[in-house]
Amino acid sequence: MTSAATPVLELSGIGKEFGAIRALHDVDLHVRPGEVVGLMGDNGAGKSTLVKIIAGNFRPTHGEIRFDGNAVHFYRPIDARAVGIEVVYQDLALADNLTAAANVFLGRELKRKFGPVALLDHKAMASRALELFGELRSETRPHDLVKQMSGGQRQAVAIARTRLSNAKLVMMDEPTAAISVRQVEQVLGLIHRLKEQGVAVMLISHRMPDVFAVCDRVIVMRRGEKRADKPIHETSPEEVTALITGAKEAA
Amino acid sequence: MSVPMENPISFTNVGRTKWWHRGIFASQTGYVLLALVVLMIVMRFASPYFFTEGNMQNVAKNFSFIAIATLGITFVIITGGIDLSVGSMMCFSAMITSMVMVELSAPGSSFVHLAADGKTAVANVPGLILLISVLAGLFVAFIVGMINGFCIAVLGLSPFVTTLGMLSIVRGLAYVVSNGRGSFPGGPDADLFYALTSGDVLGVPAPFIYLVILAVVMAVVLHHTSFGRHVFALGGNEKAAELTGIPVVRVKIEVYVICALAAGLQGIIISGWLGSAPANMATSYELNVIAAAVIGGANLAGGLGGPLGAIVGCVLLEVIRNGLVLAQVNSYWQQTLVGVIIILAVLVDRIRSRMT
Repeated sequence: MTSAATPVLELSGIGKEFGAIRALHDVDLHVRPGEVVGLMGDNGAGKSTLVKIIAGNFRPTHGEIRFDGNAVHFYRPIDARAVGIEVVYQDLALADNLTAAANVFLGRELKRKFGPVALLDHKAMASRALELFGELRSETRPHDLVKQMSGGQRQAVAIARTRLSNAKLVMMDEPTAAISVRQVEQVLGLIHRLKEQGVAVMLISHRMPDVFAVCDRVIVMRRGEKRADKPIHETSPEEVTALITGAKEAA
Repeated sequence: MSVPMENPISFTNVGRTKWWHRGIFASQTGYVLLALVVLMIVMRFASPYFFTEGNMQNVAKNFSFIAIATLGITFVIITGGIDLSVGSMMCFSAMITSMVMVELSAPGSSFVHLAADGKTAVANVPGLILLISVLAGLFVAFIVGMINGFCIAVLGLSPFVTTLGMLSIVRGLAYVVSNGRGSFPGGPDADLFYALTSGDVLGVPAPFIYLVILAVVMAVVLHHTSFGRHVFALGGNEKAAELTGIPVVRVKIEVYVICALAAGLQGIIISGWLGSAPANMATSYELNVIAAAVIGGANLAGGLGGPLGAIVGCVLLEVIRNGLVLAQVNSYWQQTLVGVIIILAVLVDRIRSRMT
């Protein structure tokens, strides 16, 4: 990330067909480091297909993905994760019966060698998790069970996981869909923390106020095509709504 | 965007859970352990024989006979699975072990060469026959566990159906290989076998010693290795486990293999105590084993359980059985009471989790 002008993610001409159904057509977009981009669109507009292509769940039928300036091909989600793309899923993908720290480190536990056996390094994981929660300014204790946490704290745990791997791009799928108003504010705060640290964020959301509160730019999808890509201060919730519903064709 | 930023991190609005609401104090295992202690105190006054050395040894031995298998199935239950084939597995491993033991000892049998002194070659190394036979018994358990795990993790069959089928398959094989007659440990290593399975060290029954060692190993594996962490994660949220890159298929196969091996070892130990491996051995033991695990706090929905709970469940079942005998209650009541306790244990835990 030498200059803010080099996009961390660049899609050109991305298209995806499922048999005869054209889910995406000729989508170009780019995201710069430290930029928060809102991805909006009605159900079936192609948002999730686009996210799944970026996350490595699907391979695009057409087009090219460039990450950090290099062309990349993702065959599995782990390939996308390897270059620095993390997804925070809508249902957060947390194990309720484990502690916050255990969830943050799930699948990449820190270990200490005791002769032939490698045992978990609970202390190191807890202190690193506490550090991450501190960075996110979330009041979350590493040793608390996720079961007992609020929606905002759960988001913090899920986001802390992306910080652990030093992801360059974090995609958040409807992070504010199922939580209380107060917690929404916490989550938007978390997105700000990511931005401060130079992480690019793609926010997939239905909630207009959230998008306008945190995003630098908004991209509107409709019928598998990109209909608008505008800095947030050059548009308005009314215009975006019109673009989503099709009342306005393109902007 | 105005988000209040307090720095450094503070815990103003998040209370810390009180110590008696955390860990073992808040778990079903804790409540059942308490119930067990109360029961033992009651038994102390109800029967003068209960706390005698002989009876305690008896209790320790008897619960050890299902506890090792319970440790194994606890792994499976934590992942949210179930293994109904443990009873049959006990029988089949025990049978293979004693058959191999006899076969290797018999002069002129097809597998072994005779040494100069007329004994079979392996018989000249003390303990070698026993070692090979036990490994053979565990090997068939390993194979069965692999098949269970493969069907469940790779083919995606339901654990209940797969292991129900395996219950029947393995029991059937036990009848087939022994022609329905069962088998008996024999040969020069038979005495060593009996000593290691039903003997005792300074008054402590051998099975109990194995149990304690295995339980300690299990506690370390579950709570201090990434494998154990993945086992819990699988039971908590399988999809999350998959998304975070945990090798879900491998972990699943591993827990069914562990379960089958534990059942196999358990069967071999039981056959040493019985002095034989009849074809109907350990029939319906899977129900006792699952009951003990559930009473001890393993959650059939997955995500909860541990070695302490498994052992506490087994001890409770055995103390009740023993108590009923000492109190000269008709022993047919035993099963009924066990059922009541299963439901009570789960009920108490449910009521408690509603209250908090």
